[in-house]
Amino acid sequence: MTTRPFRVLIGKPGLDGHDRGAKFVSRALRDAGFEVVYTGIRRTPEEIAAAAVQEDVDAVGLSLLSGAHNELFPAVIAALEKAGGGDIPVFGGGVIPAEDIPGLKRAGIRSVFTPGTPVKDIIASVTALCQAQAAKV
Amino acid sequence: MRTPADIIAGILARNPRAVGRAISLVENGDPRAGEILAALEDSRVAAATILGITGPGGAGKSTLTGQLIGHYRALGRRIGVVAVDPSSPISGGALLGDRVRMMAHATDENVVVRSMATRGRIGGLCAAAGAAVRIMALAGCDPVIIETVGVGQAEIDVVRLADLTALVMAPGLGDDIQAMKAGLVELADILVVNKGDHPAAEALMLEMTPVARERGRALVRTVATEGKGIAELADTATALAAAQRASGEQARRRQRNREAEAVDWAVELLRPAIRAAIHSAGPGCDPRATARAALADLLGRPSESLPTLSEAAFKPIIPISPIVESVEAAHGCCSATHA
Amino acid sequence: MATHPALQDWQDKVLKKMLDKAPEMRPEFTTLSGLPAERVALPTVIDDAYVAKVGFPGQYPYTRGVQPTMYRGRLWTMRQYAGFSTAEESNKRYRYLLDQGTTGLSVAFDLPTQIGYDSDDAIARGEVGKVGVAIDSLADMEVLFNNIPLDKVSTSMTINAPAAVLLAMYVAVGEKQGVPSQKLEGTIQNDILKEYIARGTYIFPPRPSMRLITDIFAWCSQNTPSFNTISISGYHIREAGSTAVQEVAFTLADACAYVDAAIAAGLDVDVFAPRLAFFFNGSSDLLEEVAKFRAARRMWAKIMKERFKAKKPQSQMLRFHTQTAGYTLTAQQIDNNIVRVAMQSLAAVLGGTQSLHTNSKDEALALPTEDSVRTALRTQQIIAYESGIINSVDPLAGSYYVEGLTDTIEREALALMSRIDELGGVIPAIEAGFIQRQIEDAAYTYQSAIETNDRIIVGVNKFQAKESITPPVFRVDASVGANQAAKLKSLREKRDNVKVDAALAALATAAKGTANLMPPILDAVRLYATLGEICNVLRKEFGTYSDLKSR
Repeated sequence: MTTRPFRVLIGKPGLDGHDRGAKFVSRALRDAGFEVVYTGIRRTPEEIAAAAVQEDVDAVGLSLLSGAHNELFPAVIAALEKAGGGDIPVFGGGVIPAEDIPGLKRAGIRSVFTPGTPVKDIIASVTALCQAQAAKV
Repeated sequence: MRTPADIIAGILARNPRAVGRAISLVENGDPRAGEILAALEDSRVAAATILGITGPGGAGKSTLTGQLIGHYRALGRRIGVVAVDPSSPISGGALLGDRVRMMAHATDENVVVRSMATRGRIGGLCAAAGAAVRIMALAGCDPVIIETVGVGQAEIDVVRLADLTALVMAPGLGDDIQAMKAGLVELADILVVNKGDHPAAEALMLEMTPVARERGRALVRTVATEGKGIAELADTATALAAAQRASGEQARRRQRNREAEAVDWAVELLRPAIRAAIHSAGPGCDPRATARAALADLLGRPSESLPTLSEAAFKPIIPISPIVESVEAAHGCCSATHA
Repeated sequence: MATHPALQDWQDKVLKKMLDKAPEMRPEFTTLSGLPAERVALPTVIDDAYVAKVGFPGQYPYTRGVQPTMYRGRLWTMRQYAGFSTAEESNKRYRYLLDQGTTGLSVAFDLPTQIGYDSDDAIARGEVGKVGVAIDSLADMEVLFNNIPLDKVSTSMTINAPAAVLLAMYVAVGEKQGVPSQKLEGTIQNDILKEYIARGTYIFPPRPSMRLITDIFAWCSQNTPSFNTISISGYHIREAGSTAVQEVAFTLADACAYVDAAIAAGLDVDVFAPRLAFFFNGSSDLLEEVAKFRAARRMWAKIMKERFKAKKPQSQMLRFHTQTAGYTLTAQQIDNNIVRVAMQSLAAVLGGTQSLHTNSKDEALALPTEDSVRTALRTQQIIAYESGIINSVDPLAGSYYVEGLTDTIEREALALMSRIDELGGVIPAIEAGFIQRQIEDAAYTYQSAIETNDRIIVGVNKFQAKESITPPVFRVDASVGANQAAKLKSLREKRDNVKVDAALAALATAAKGTANLMPPILDAVRLYATLGEICNVLRKEFGTYSDLKSR
């Protein structure tokens, strides 16, 4: 167990500008003691990966509402690997049909949160991801 | 990349993961931090210019920093940015949002950005900011920009870390600017009036012009959202930095700043012992007398040998020496007011 | 009942004129049980205060509606926002909707189109055809409106940063169909300020963006007199989490900025103001929403008359489209969403909307299926034909609660607008993050109340049910991106590239100066210059805008 604050990057890949969910989760994580780096909207997978590596975060969260998650979530994983951050766990959320979740998990997304997930569940899950990651350092 | 040696080699090889990890280790007080800090005695660190960007919230610091990145990149410089945001005093968490305005450079490997939270430190920076800046310098960044939290009067840490400090102001933040007059306006090297196209910008320029003249400070007008005045700001900083280096002012400031930082750390290290001593003594009705007695006890010295309270109180934290000659040099290359 | 002179005046001038021009749909209107339905129910005593604050429908300050007979004369336009995949697929969906009784088209563009990128741009990866139709050039637009005569439909286009380009394409399709631009009817959203605030599909910085908008105002006043040149949108501000008061305040503050910009560009307020339209959210608090629409109407009338000295009644009328609130739809027990949408539609109709989009029950999961779109449209039709609400104009007027809420929303929204004025106007307030922070705070408060069960969302944090069947999800064919790229490749081979380059160069020159940009954009579009090519010219001249800092 670490007592330092965990660092998480919340990114919005793709072109959709709906950041209500991303901002809410960012603030909820802040209020749960996380240091949250927010990238803003309309980021490429490469930009998100580069930022995550520079910021030395314990986990990366992605939010997407445009339906492009099947393309862009795995693209972030690939970009992270290329940028030297392949070990950083990635979670995601947004308008994601249930049937897409197994595919996303196979692609390396550790947790997927769909609309209506209680934020305490998100915090618990992200905390676990960060703890496991911090233990490796 | 777990050993200090690996990490230091990674920093020198400009590996972004190593730079990020090194900063985290220092920030988290990891046992490996000491070796990394020792590696920062390096000519690259000595040569890099550290530029502080400070000012009240809403003045446009992040946007200005984003524009400066673009400017320095166009000149082929490798640039580092440490951006500090406040930690929540309640949860200890923080929202680090400064990156949003710098994402245009996210995939540029010669732009190294680190967002940091104050983690309880007051003064506008975090405790590890100095190390973060020097790690970036070791990784070949020059200049390194340090952007503070939105400040008021008291948050003047940046002046003790940076070689040069630019204070960013904007029209429409009236009370904040008034409050800063007694603090940062006196300490900053460059006064920046951002949002220079705002109807009230002219009035702020008029207000700042005599202040700048009296104190021999540069004054630059910018419109960061449109990139206006950025080149002038950067040129002013470059000229000032060169003049300070030539005159020995930079070396004096760095010496002074290192000493000040060491004093901070000394107080930090003593804090638990002081707290314990005060706690065991019990709080008297005069906290100042209690402090004096506890410290005397701690140091094993008679309390008469300690400075009196009147000597200790209300001294300015940083003695500031005027740098008139360097400002004149800066004025030689660019006008103080941007028409 | 003592007749107030203002009532007589309204009956003689406003009402009679309307009835002469456009008779009501039926000679008399009755309730379901056959009781007579009053056209406009009035207080027993009409005093000056009533006349000044509430008044009569179709007359200043328009609290009770912009038309004296409202839906007794003509129903609202049932306009379903739709579009996905390719122009061919969307054209099919539009013709289906027209067959089903929809009365206006509303085009949803995909995100690359909305941000001015061609489908083969690397940044468009994964997004082509996803949330709307992909339009790269006039060739796609021709297909989109194939067999849809542009002189017979009115078309609303949700397009903002590149609105000038898509409008030019629409005009060019009209030309090919033999429909002169003067006859085109519809709306372009063209509201860039709310993109910076809440929706995110900006391209250029604020100032050149405002120039594009005033260029459109000026060009349309000459060339497309029946086209709404902007739809000033509170919808997305509400979707981002604002309160009803903030929705009204920020929307009207944006509107003031457009009016200021157009006046500064030398336009006469009474020339462009009648073509300003609004777009609001229909959310779940039924009576608050009704009050919101009434307050917004009264505020705008006063602002136009007093602040901008508009003289034409049409300049003072706030005409608006409503869409039901997407953010209230739940992924749990999706049939419940039909009920939510019905209530929200009632709010819009009781509030006097000019047109309405009803969301489909499955939109919290993905784009709607054809079946769920039909149910959403039927919801409007049931309200129109079965509920009896259309029988009487502004039927909730005089309710102590609704009139009180109307006053409160007006007062609080005006206070918020004056804070924006203190910051120097909307653009400085956006650049300082003031408006975004207000919305973020409201969104956080709302969501936190759900998390703590202080606010109940049926099926989400109370009355949950185990759901075993996953509803059918609409999917866009994954090959759209590749198809669009292939079409672009062949387009670039077939067109006259020398002429295209010259047209783009002419556009760059115009952008450097102050000439109206619509003519050079139209020239480029007619030659099949692509959306991305045109926007790239403007990106080079104007620069781009990047997201503002979050707290």
